[in-house]
Amino acid sequence: MSSSSAQVVKRAKYKTTVKDPGTPGVLKLTEEKFVFRPNDPTSNNKLEVEFKLIKSHKHTKEGSNKPPWLNLTHSQGSYIFELESFSDLHVCRELVGIALSKHGEATKVVSEEQLSPAEMALRIKLLQEDSKLQKLHKELVASGKLTEAEFWATKKKLLDRDESRKLKQRIGFKNSLIFDTKPTSDGRINQVKFQLTPEIKYQIFALKPAVHRAFLNFVPSKMNEVEFWNKYFKAEYLHSTKNTVAAAAEAAEDEDLAVFLKDDEILEVEARKKVRRVDPTLDMEADQGDDYMHLPDHGIFRDGSKEVSEAQHTLYRRTLLQDLNRQGEVVLEGKTLDMETEPPRTVAEILARRKQELDRVVEEERRNRIFKMTQIEDLQAQDDHHFAPLCIKDPRDYFDSQQANAVKTLDDSQAGIEKIRCNLSSEEAYGSLSASISSIKATGLRDPLFSNEVAFKVLNGLTKHISSTKYHLGKNSQDSVLDILPNTTKEKLLDHWVCSQELLRHFWSSYPITTQTLASKTKRLKDAMSQVYSKLEEIKVSAQSDLRHQVSLVVHPMQQALDAALLHYDADVKKRNAKGQKPNGYV
Amino acid sequence: MKFQIEDVTVYFPYDHIYPEQYSYMLDLKRALDAKGHCLLEMPTGTGKTIALLSLITSYVLSKPNSPLKLIYCTRTVHEMEKTLAELRQLHDYQVKCLGGGARILALGLSSRKNLCVNPRVLVSESRDSVDAGCRKLTASWVRALAAENPSVPTCEFFEQYERAESAAVLPPGVYTLQDLRAFGKEKGWCPYFLARHMVQFANVVVYSYQYLLDPKVAGIISKEMQKESVVVFDEAHNIDNVCIEALSVSVRRQTIEGARRNLHRMSQEIDKFKATDAGRLRAEYNRLVEGLALRGDLPATDAWLANPALPDDILKEAVPGNIRKAEHFVHVLRRLVQYFEGRLETEELQTEGLVSFVTSILNHAGIDKKTLKFCYDRLHSLMMTLEITDTDEFLHIQTICDLATLVGTYARGFNIIIEPFDERMPHIPDPVLQLSCNDASLAIRPVFERFQSVVITSGTLSPIDLYPRLLNFNPVVSRSFKMSLTRDCICPMVLSRGSDQLPISTKFDMRSDLGVVRNYGRLLLEMASVVPDGIVCFFVSYSYMDGIVNSWNENGILKDIMQHKLVFIETQDVVETTLALDNYRKACDCGRGAIFFSVARGKVAEGIDFDRHYGRLVIMFGVPFQYTLSRILLARLDYLKETFQIDASEFLTFDALRQAAQCVGRVIRSKADYGMMIFADKRYSRHDKRSKLPGWILSHLHDAHLNLSTDMALHIAREFLRKMAQPYDKTGGLGRKTLLSQEDLEKMTEGGMNDMLY
Repeated sequence: MSSSSAQVVKRAKYKTTVKDPGTPGVLKLTEEKFVFRPNDPTSNNKLEVEFKLIKSHKHTKEGSNKPPWLNLTHSQGSYIFELESFSDLHVCRELVGIALSKHGEATKVVSEEQLSPAEMALRIKLLQEDSKLQKLHKELVASGKLTEAEFWATKKKLLDRDESRKLKQRIGFKNSLIFDTKPTSDGRINQVKFQLTPEIKYQIFALKPAVHRAFLNFVPSKMNEVEFWNKYFKAEYLHSTKNTVAAAAEAAEDEDLAVFLKDDEILEVEARKKVRRVDPTLDMEADQGDDYMHLPDHGIFRDGSKEVSEAQHTLYRRTLLQDLNRQGEVVLEGKTLDMETEPPRTVAEILARRKQELDRVVEEERRNRIFKMTQIEDLQAQDDHHFAPLCIKDPRDYFDSQQANAVKTLDDSQAGIEKIRCNLSSEEAYGSLSASISSIKATGLRDPLFSNEVAFKVLNGLTKHISSTKYHLGKNSQDSVLDILPNTTKEKLLDHWVCSQELLRHFWSSYPITTQTLASKTKRLKDAMSQVYSKLEEIKVSAQSDLRHQVSLVVHPMQQALDAALLHYDADVKKRNAKGQKPNGYV
Repeated sequence: MKFQIEDVTVYFPYDHIYPEQYSYMLDLKRALDAKGHCLLEMPTGTGKTIALLSLITSYVLSKPNSPLKLIYCTRTVHEMEKTLAELRQLHDYQVKCLGGGARILALGLSSRKNLCVNPRVLVSESRDSVDAGCRKLTASWVRALAAENPSVPTCEFFEQYERAESAAVLPPGVYTLQDLRAFGKEKGWCPYFLARHMVQFANVVVYSYQYLLDPKVAGIISKEMQKESVVVFDEAHNIDNVCIEALSVSVRRQTIEGARRNLHRMSQEIDKFKATDAGRLRAEYNRLVEGLALRGDLPATDAWLANPALPDDILKEAVPGNIRKAEHFVHVLRRLVQYFEGRLETEELQTEGLVSFVTSILNHAGIDKKTLKFCYDRLHSLMMTLEITDTDEFLHIQTICDLATLVGTYARGFNIIIEPFDERMPHIPDPVLQLSCNDASLAIRPVFERFQSVVITSGTLSPIDLYPRLLNFNPVVSRSFKMSLTRDCICPMVLSRGSDQLPISTKFDMRSDLGVVRNYGRLLLEMASVVPDGIVCFFVSYSYMDGIVNSWNENGILKDIMQHKLVFIETQDVVETTLALDNYRKACDCGRGAIFFSVARGKVAEGIDFDRHYGRLVIMFGVPFQYTLSRILLARLDYLKETFQIDASEFLTFDALRQAAQCVGRVIRSKADYGMMIFADKRYSRHDKRSKLPGWILSHLHDAHLNLSTDMALHIAREFLRKMAQPYDKTGGLGRKTLLSQEDLEKMTEGGMNDMLY
């Protein structure tokens, strides 16, 4: 390329991470790509990367205490080079800037829709890796049969596979948190066991913020981790015995233990905050605030519906029900942030910021929600939906209707072979029957009914059609019909096969037609398909006579599939042009 | 859409209307025309509220000269919010159709706790301390003091509201509590007093039952309402219980102790005033000689919870001479408290009529009936004179005076029951003196007498002829509507056997049987694996729920259940329950699915909807009978038998079944919605129980679904859910129309009414 004249070669160290000491070597930059060759030829840190895969670049500032680093970011990470001096860095940086701006423009021209360069790069990479895909892309997109977006729409999986490395979904909590932390006892010796893994620790912290806080406060300044967990599980054990008196007594003796036994203050404060934001149509706290009927000592005190409970030691009574509610809440919130890896301050900041945003959104959301809740849906006029309603019927209905179709096709296929006269009158039928009966009476039945040869011939005749190709090809079942065809025909056939499959996929997925774009798309597809169809026909005709049968056998299913699509298209067009009430979903 | 009902043009904010809504409006309109009371039962999920609101507002619009006002009573604050949201939608539509002329003022009213915007007052948690906190800043003497001494704190919101005087009004519109708070904050006016003031001018007021029924509250809030008002009690199936609770008072040891402390402090205050400001006490004395009616002139902030059920003519009487002097009154109260304390020290259960109780007070404490009757008002007059603002500290003595006034006012319909301990925990002494009201009609009578039309409506009022007897009134219209269904969108089932074919029940001798507990668990487990989104379970009591959840936990069923769905539980702590409900809805919204455990007769069963995906299945574990050994219940049953000839077991069954029906009825919101209801107890299959269910449930309860076991129910559930997933014609197709458009209605009125209707 002409522009590759600009070139910079510098000594540099390549670092995979910031902390990596780096591999010394030579960095060569052009406007197209950069190449890194390590001094040690055995090292596998060789790089050759095109600039179109690079998203952005960063560098360290002169005068800062950091060495001269150049950081080129790509979609999954970054390449870091430590240069020998800042002047070198400037030279490189300039070139990188030029190269990146050029590629940025270039990709912009190519993409019709707003595509991120990374996505574009991914598509290009996919096409390069897969020559068949590239061919198909050329065939369909370049010729205008499909737009770029349409083509990639069916290849989502390919695109997603690479995306998935980013891990959009995180694993949530199991809905059995509280069971995991319950003691197990084998019943023989007088001791209970608690299992503790890092996962369970994390779960405990999530369920009980007070324990988390205690952990941060106590460990390791006041006690070590083992002691901490011993205390915690002692408290848990006291809970599980449901002996509130004992719990209170223990708590009075040991103030550290009391932390675990008492109600969780953090949770209470949080609950108070949350309850202010709750949907007013289920706010029972407000209700209590309006209830002058149940002033203390008013109303009926002991009618049996109110519960009797020991008022003492409620502080140390945590019930299973509360635990269950808390667990549900935690599971629903999911793992918000990875507490372990992030420094605590950033976590706090992020949480605070998120809360602010929430407040604003929540009010709006609340209004919408109430509005939606008050609406009676079916009294409203029908919305004009851009989709056909989902219709899941009894599967039997579907197969029953398909049977009729199958019978019809069967008739069609037979029609060509032999015209069956089926307008026999009853007299004729009766006549023929009586004639054959009388002939049997006269001659008697032969024994055996058919001669062996005839039976063999019939059987052969019937099965020959099925296995004829195999018969012709010899004994090897691995061989396929395609192998006996000349290479050019074979290639062509395969291409058409892939192409027609792709077209068909697009075609069927655009039904039911609910928008104008879909209508025009099907039209385009239909034209493309009829082209393929005629090409297949050509191949069939041009094949050598001895191979014609095989070719037609191969081509037949493809043509059938295309036929079905074309038929459906015609029928659909007719249906939509017809006057009268349109079935739901049609435009 | 808009259409004509006789001479009224009804504006209805939807494009279609259910036929039963139309007939509901028709009957309601006739009741309004007749200026009488009515009783209407219409299934849940048929849009009662909106039908009612749009008829009444349209009725008022069509008769511009009538001063008709709508007072809409809900049981809970969240129902109030829902009603106002529907009203807003209706109002927007009416304004769109008619222009600015259709503007009305509608507002919700609640306590200071829910309306206050002053952060200093809101710090306190309980309602009573918010009330007291407000009084500390706004009482007339506090403000007078503040005028002289700027360092005395006042409430800036109230001061600004006072300064704005007549300019402080709400522009027309629909205001929920949230809107009122927002408006108050924006203008700097106190929303509570603004709302209280605007109630007189509002066309629609939405508030809680007790603002009309509980005489303590009704006196101040509702006294300005004119006779030409339509009063609606929505979800009124429990109205008799509310009435009874409004007039019941109990005294315990804590009350006695508290009252003693209160009295001590009052006499200290009196002594202080005697030394410094004797004129004040004398002025009060003079006022009392003239009669109590002067109370009406007090400034709004000083107004108190008013006299419980004091008839008007008594207000004109003068206070008896023996309690006019402050110190005399305190002595009388001392003696009364002393007497109650003596009565509490009993070893055995005592039940007594009011007449003998009053005689006994006269004999032992020397207080006559008339004095008792005036206790409540005399106390408040005294507290006002003594300038007591921390009213939340004085609840105990107020309770004593409440009781005294009730005892002095009524002669029948009440019982005094003294229980030395709770029967379920005989080892813990906890004596209670309970004044229990047995006659629901006492509390509601003033409402029927004062207002032109009272509408009592709910999804479950069966049997509908019982309510007029319980509440002692004559409705001009009393009707029960059926539900016209496009498809069988509810599927009630009676489950009498578990998966092992053994009978299941919460009958007392069976409920702790491990087999029953396990069978209930299996039922829920199987259903959780089949039913999408939300499932709601109702248990007969908190203790039963607690027990069964614990045993499910022990035998591992709970863990299995939780593999399918998240579990949330109603507890006795409202904050926790509210959050649990919120999380439950979130879990249903996001598709995770959840189960909510709740208690029949509990707070959730009373008013939370589990419509659409929030509830595809309700399981009612057991029959929610009242605790039949309760003395208070027995006394009431006796009274019902004597006065109304209502059989005790009949009443208990009726009461249990209306609760059950109420619980399961919460799943349906509209005809497009669908849900299953499982009554899991063998007793439901008996005819005498089942027949008490409302007609709209019974008509869907097929004979084949009456005696199911878990596996059969599971099969039915699968079939039902698949059927419901099919698309269907919402208008009901060729047969009976279940959805009417404006055209249909016009055709119907032309065709000379209505064989189509119910």
